[in-house]
Amino acid sequence: MRTVTVVGASLAGMRSAEHLRAQGFDGRLVVVGDEPHLPYDRPPLSKQFLAGTADTASLALGDRSDFDDLDAQWRLGVRATGLDASAGTVTLSDGTEIATDGVIVATGGRARTVPGAEGLDGVHTVRTIEDTLSLRADLAENPGPVAVVGAGWIGTEVASTCRALGLEVTVVEAAQEPLVRALGPRMAGMCTSLHAEHGVTLRCGAGVQEFTSTPHGSGRRVTGLVLADGTRVPAGVVVLGVGMSPNADWLAGSGLEVDDGLVCDAGLVASAPNVVAVGDVARYRSATGQLVRHEHWTNASEQPGTAVRNLLAGATVAEYRPSRYVWSDQYGCRLQVAGLTEDADEVEVVEGSEESRSFVAAYRRGGTTTGVFAMNNPKLFTRTRRKLLRPAPA
Amino acid sequence: MLLAACTVEDLPMGESVRIDADVPIAVFNADGRLYAIDDTCSHQDASLSEGWLEDCFVECPLHEALFDLRTGMPSCLPAKKPVRTHPVVVDGGHIYVQLVEQEAVA
Ligand SMILES: Cc1cc2nc3c(=O)[nH]c(=O)nc-3n(C[C@H](O)[C@H](O)[C@H](O)COP(=O)(O)OP(=O)(O)OC[C@H]3O[C@@H](n4cnc5c(N)ncnc54)[C@H](O)[C@@H]3O)c2cc1C
Ligand code: FES
Repeated sequence: MRTVTVVGASLAGMRSAEHLRAQGFDGRLVVVGDEPHLPYDRPPLSKQFLAGTADTASLALGDRSDFDDLDAQWRLGVRATGLDASAGTVTLSDGTEIATDGVIVATGGRARTVPGAEGLDGVHTVRTIEDTLSLRADLAENPGPVAVVGAGWIGTEVASTCRALGLEVTVVEAAQEPLVRALGPRMAGMCTSLHAEHGVTLRCGAGVQEFTSTPHGSGRRVTGLVLADGTRVPAGVVVLGVGMSPNADWLAGSGLEVDDGLVCDAGLVASAPNVVAVGDVARYRSATGQLVRHEHWTNASEQPGTAVRNLLAGATVAEYRPSRYVWSDQYGCRLQVAGLTEDADEVEVVEGSEESRSFVAAYRRGGTTTGVFAMNNPKLFTRTRRKLLRPAPA
Repeated sequence: MLLAACTVEDLPMGESVRIDADVPIAVFNADGRLYAIDDTCSHQDASLSEGWLEDCFVECPLHEALFDLRTGMPSCLPAKKPVRTHPVVVDGGHIYVQLVEQEAVA
């Protein structure tokens, strides 16, 4: 393999480039990214960077020498628009083509929106540096109430950060409780009280029906939400935290199987042996035979090791086993989850207590521990996770 | 400067303690050998005394960067910068840390 092209210059792309070199690839390495930036870290975008306590430089996933060491050709600010795996070409938005032997697809995802939000000033999503900068500026100019749509990880973090900035915040969630998908009903209840304690209003069980707006400049600016049950939520700024969609559309016409991400085998190899996928865009076959896709940092950091190994071997010689570790910082609490929390038939607090806001909870199914969730207890979280979960079931 | 950590009995093998100094320090008992390093991870805000100890390495409890307790060097991402290491002194059943004042070497 003489040339490898990494498409997507973020966490999974950066880790892939690092693994290529660490695993001995000394050929030509091209990294294509449609953002103008070198790889940066996204988790602070809803936390410290939104709060203004971290600057742009601190987001960088490496310093000058790290990028130099990779000896890569960076094609930043251009998008890959097509891939022909058998001919070995990646087409770019500036009309150029890269001849390549191997391709690592690391194009991640983009924030989803809500119908009716298109073109409205004052409605934001949070996925890029520019998104957070524009949200931050808007919050400073419009200190009226903030409405956050969606109480998943990013929505709850944005709500917490806005509240800490002194803003009045309402979170709107179609499900019955916040974070219920990630934590299950019992622990979601605890997160409900966390919002209340910090003076954030939660409206669960009713999704957004429409946005209200007023003429503004040459367009319109949002003034609030109307929920499915008729409730009106006034807002100067609206933030949508309703999930992401994988960026795999550019692969249409490549002949590769695309279905909610790039479909891969258990070793992250796509339907052509010289194409692998990593990070939020990779939908791979898990040990239980299902196709799964993860949307979190540790996964994007860990998959490249396996994917690069298989790409360089030209075959699936290693299978990926996820650690399924996710963390979140909100309302001054550190939350950590690992393993499987879905479908648990029992959730037990094994250390500390929910009231003290420092505890470790085990999720069990049929008597077997499948997942661990902790609040403000990193030491015991790690121990419990090591003892009960390694290697994690997929 | 000499900082008192704890008694020898309070730090059995495989355990760690945190000293709440101006710059917090983590002390580890790695299979009978004592090591002290800066407690705050060089990547972001996590306490290394709460990390996972394996041989003479500690894994950060937040993003799993691995630090060599002998040198303070990270041996895996996402940490890139070392943490400072400090000599440990045992005297009369008590563990002390000799605080190293200079900046971490890059
Ligand atoms: C606000 C926020 C907070 C988060 N907080 C946490 C957290 O606390 N804990 C946690 O575990 N996870 C968190 N995550 C998730 C984590 O950041 C993602 O899982 C991770 O960024 C995925 O990395 P990736 O490289 O796969 O994809 P991405 O980071 O999405 O990067 C993909 C890159 O590819 C580029 N690209 C897309 N299409 C093309 C194309 N056709 N050509 C060229 N380039 C292209 C994109 O512009 C982007 O730069 C958070 C995410 C966000 C947005
Ligand atoms: S805080 Fe230690 S690795 Fe990130």
